[in-house]
Amino acid sequence: MTAVVEVRGVTKAYGHQRVLDDVSLTLHENTIHGLLGRNGAGKTTLMRVVTGQVFAHGEIRVFGTTPAENAGVLERVCFVSESQPYPDHYRVRHVLAAAAVLFPAWDAAYAESLVADFDLPPERAVRKLSRGMRSALGIVVGLAARAPLTLFDEPYLGLDATARQLFYDRLLADYAENPRTILLSTHLIDEVGDLLEHVSVIDAGRIVLDDDADELRTRAVTVSGPSAAVASFTEGRAVLHLDSMTMLSRAVVADGRRADDDEVARRLGLELESVSLQDLVVRTTDHRRKGALR
Amino acid sequence: MNQRTTVLADGGRPIFVQIAAEIENGIVDGTLAEGTQVPSTTELAAFHRINPATAAKGVNELVADGVLHKRRGIGMFVSEGARERLLDRRRARFASEYVQPLVDEARKLGIDIEELKTMIDKSGSDT
Repeated sequence: MTAVVEVRGVTKAYGHQRVLDDVSLTLHENTIHGLLGRNGAGKTTLMRVVTGQVFAHGEIRVFGTTPAENAGVLERVCFVSESQPYPDHYRVRHVLAAAAVLFPAWDAAYAESLVADFDLPPERAVRKLSRGMRSALGIVVGLAARAPLTLFDEPYLGLDATARQLFYDRLLADYAENPRTILLSTHLIDEVGDLLEHVSVIDAGRIVLDDDADELRTRAVTVSGPSAAVASFTEGRAVLHLDSMTMLSRAVVADGRRADDDEVARRLGLELESVSLQDLVVRTTDHRRKGALR
Repeated sequence: MNQRTTVLADGGRPIFVQIAAEIENGIVDGTLAEGTQVPSTTELAAFHRINPATAAKGVNELVADGVLHKRRGIGMFVSEGARERLLDRRRARFASEYVQPLVDEARKLGIDIEELKTMIDKSGSDT
């Protein structure tokens, strides 16, 4: 697979605070890649580094070269930012017209259909749009730009569940027709988990999980039942968490499913439950509240 | 005391495995007859709201297995003999996946094998 984005050992500090700490990340061509993490974990900064808007120490390659001040790279990149500023007098149609000029692969007819799907008023001044409408406008630009590398940074603020589902459906359909590399940052993990092919989790500026979504989905399992049986099941395995009460225990085992797990659990009289992607991320990024996950 | 045993819910299996299982089920129950075309990965992705690469992975498992075959430029089709092969495989797993848990549970409840046989005969004649 061709790497569209390669980040190696990137560190970014504001004063003494390290926002990105030795981050390495590869985005492969034509994948939907999820960037998950808590607020303030460094998701936006990382995206800004990738799009050349912020300088950082380390190696950053986009389409094999440096992104900063590089028109050849940036015309192939669309960054839909959570707080995209627009000129004051811009109406919705002005934003679309500007995007048509900026992005070589812009599909005006598709943009029109998305504007209708999201009920966007073309003549409305952008500064008079609601939060949700501004988000929808960003989504329209991000999709219709058909940029070979598209980054969506929490693109759904103010959007209701119906509009978010519309975004996911349009994204999937258009991605299937026009494959490209997409980096989607979000904390609505349960909503987007199934759309993602690859997942990177960033926590306090560090990448703490980086794997195929399917791999992560089967990595952790909760086992519960009689304490002695749980202890026997988890012996020698990576236990991410353990809850106990009289005679009963519940453990999260995070070293992957084994072929005979079902059989062993059945024999020991234990119950096995899968751990969702969201739970795994919460588990991995929650340092203080250990034990919060079932 | 918690003595229940469960098989993992579908959420715990990789999505591509679920996709493959869904197509297999369609073949076993006759919805997808041998020689018919199966949904494209684009259709599967849109219908299940999953990544197309994941859908393709599930389909490709079945191609590697010989259950499906590809006709270049047209799509994926159910292979001849696929249903019989899937049925054979399921029959082979039937004892470990269904009979053994049944016997285990019966034993816990103090139901002996003769009683269990009677119950099976009864529910067999009911349906």
